[in-house]
Amino acid sequence: MSTRDAILGKIRRSLGVHAEDSARNAAVDGRLLQHAPGVIPARGQVSPDAKLVLFTRLVEKTGATTIRVPSTTAVPDAVAEYLRGRNLPAKVRMGDDALLEALPWQHTQIEREKGPSDGHDPVGLSHAFGAVAESGTLVLVSGNANPTTLNFLPETHIVVLLRDDLAGDYEMIWKKLRAEYGRAMPRTVNMITGPSRSADIEQTIVRGAHGPRNLHIIIVD
Amino acid sequence: MEITSPTFKANARAALADPQLQQALGHIRTGFIEKRAAAVAELPEFERLREQGRAIKNHTLENLDLYLEAYEEKVLEEGGVVHWAETADDARAIVLDICRSVGALSVTKGKTMISEEIGLNEYLAENGIAPVETDLGEYIIQIRDEAPSHIIAPAVHLTREQVEADFRRLHTHLPPERDLSDAGKLLGEARQVLRQRFLEADVGITGANFLVAETGTSIIVTNEGNGDLTQTLPKVHIVLASIEKVVPTLEDASQILRLLARSATGQDMSVYTTFSTGPRRRDDPDGPGEYHVVILDNGRSGMLGTEFQDMLRCIRCAACMNHCPVYQEIGGHAYGWVYPGPMGAVLTPQLIGIDKAANLPNASTFCGRCEAVCPMKIPLPNMMRHWREREFERHLQPTTYRTGLGLWAFFARRPRLYQFVTGIAMRILGNMGARKGRFRRLPFASGWTKYRDMPAPAGATFQEMWAARKRNAA
Repeated sequence: MSTRDAILGKIRRSLGVHAEDSARNAAVDGRLLQHAPGVIPARGQVSPDAKLVLFTRLVEKTGATTIRVPSTTAVPDAVAEYLRGRNLPAKVRMGDDALLEALPWQHTQIEREKGPSDGHDPVGLSHAFGAVAESGTLVLVSGNANPTTLNFLPETHIVVLLRDDLAGDYEMIWKKLRAEYGRAMPRTVNMITGPSRSADIEQTIVRGAHGPRNLHIIIVD
Repeated sequence: MEITSPTFKANARAALADPQLQQALGHIRTGFIEKRAAAVAELPEFERLREQGRAIKNHTLENLDLYLEAYEEKVLEEGGVVHWAETADDARAIVLDICRSVGALSVTKGKTMISEEIGLNEYLAENGIAPVETDLGEYIIQIRDEAPSHIIAPAVHLTREQVEADFRRLHTHLPPERDLSDAGKLLGEARQVLRQRFLEADVGITGANFLVAETGTSIIVTNEGNGDLTQTLPKVHIVLASIEKVVPTLEDASQILRLLARSATGQDMSVYTTFSTGPRRRDDPDGPGEYHVVILDNGRSGMLGTEFQDMLRCIRCAACMNHCPVYQEIGGHAYGWVYPGPMGAVLTPQLIGIDKAANLPNASTFCGRCEAVCPMKIPLPNMMRHWREREFERHLQPTTYRTGLGLWAFFARRPRLYQFVTGIAMRILGNMGARKGRFRRLPFASGWTKYRDMPAPAGATFQEMWAARKRNAA
């Protein structure tokens, strides 16, 4: 008997159940297809304007910074201004994201490198799949468009979020993800709530652990 | 790791007498308790989410075989590999095999309690593979050759000065006159030292907070980002998870995630909650080429169908130990193995045997704070009581204790005799203590009176007083 069957056998003996029990199988199959939402906090179930206010308040509480711009065409200038303000080199690393690619970068002096990070990039630029107002959380998905390493290796991470992609709760993100990706999840879904931090020494919260020290969110109306 | 649970009482005494430990433990109140209370107060739905969390886990545990099968099927569909391990030995051998298959020299590790449970670091090192802990707290205790003293803050027993001394001792390639006078500078140094390790590692090992049956996904929750670098950069990602980590759907995981960070650190959400499904896809520019999940039983299946099944709802938030008056005084090492505090007092006897761990379920006043704050509503004191019963059934206590208990039971089963004897005893003690109202010393009870005075009885038993009261009323 394989280890797998031994473990499953022990579980069944302890529970006093059988693998073939059709009622149990039907209940489990049903549950896996249902996606029953459960309890959704009311704080995120508000108007789009209120959602944005909540998201901004919560994400800034974590030490992230935000800026609102009127349209996507204003994003390159917002990136340039942020880098200047922080005394950072005018250079970002980004993926193949169609939205970011189509922006009017030529107006700025920003040098853009493409592809995943090897740990030598000061600034990563990503386009968020979405965000969740109830906890001030960004949602990014892996792939060529937005490589996962950009979320973690650069010391500064700039994320572009379209206002329409801001959801009230996590459940809306799963709905959207299933609509776009079908049954298979992307390799990685990163929920990011603020810059990296640690409190492992005397419970003192310090920002900038192994992930980015700075998280800057450009919200596009 | 060496088990010192049998010497719990001596461990606890040593902990109480350790001034550095006592100083370090002082941070638990502001660091954990107040932050949790504030986060919970801000979410009116918290109580309903606790009910949800309990129901989700109960349903999953009742059908654990089927959910594990469904989870495995999805992992395979997404190109991952699932390994099943009945024991700690099995799990270690599986991990070593995977490491050897890619000729690994070093592995980075995200924080995983299962790794501590199976003693993985020692085993890998014995076999020529260097394990590198990357969570700041885990890194600190690794360089000190210690075990974690807390399940989410492994170095909570240390002061900043101790960490500074260790960094100076170990990081000798850095200038000795450098400034390490605050936590931020220490963190910066750890970041710099570990960054190279991340880039060199051949294999990355993480734990899992949840496994999602619907999608074949493993979830990790961290604040530092070390878990993500651990699992994204190397060629191979190994997930260590125990059988009870599975939940049905992403929606179910979301319900419990709303409880986890609030209960643990008082955050609405930890900084990084990462959902990983299978290895790197054809069009992925980064991520691991291989994705392995090791599913460990190690005695947990034997808890199903017993009075300890509810313990398998535990999501390792550590709220129980943060709020435990015993843990707050002695810290985690005194418990003598991997899992300290109330959750450890229930889980450890199952994993290492009640004969070795009997002290732990006895190290409780049953004040009930652990159960009151447990996000999964696990009846921890009740389960500690069940362990005490098992300990008694197996004749594990000393003879004097058992004889005393037997003597008490003899009288307790004979109510008239009991009333007669206690009536006499109360009158004698009442007379003896009438002047001061308390005893500073009592024969056969020096262990008790050493630390506090015994109030003198009022001269009559409760039953006598009750009877007198009824007479007076009539």
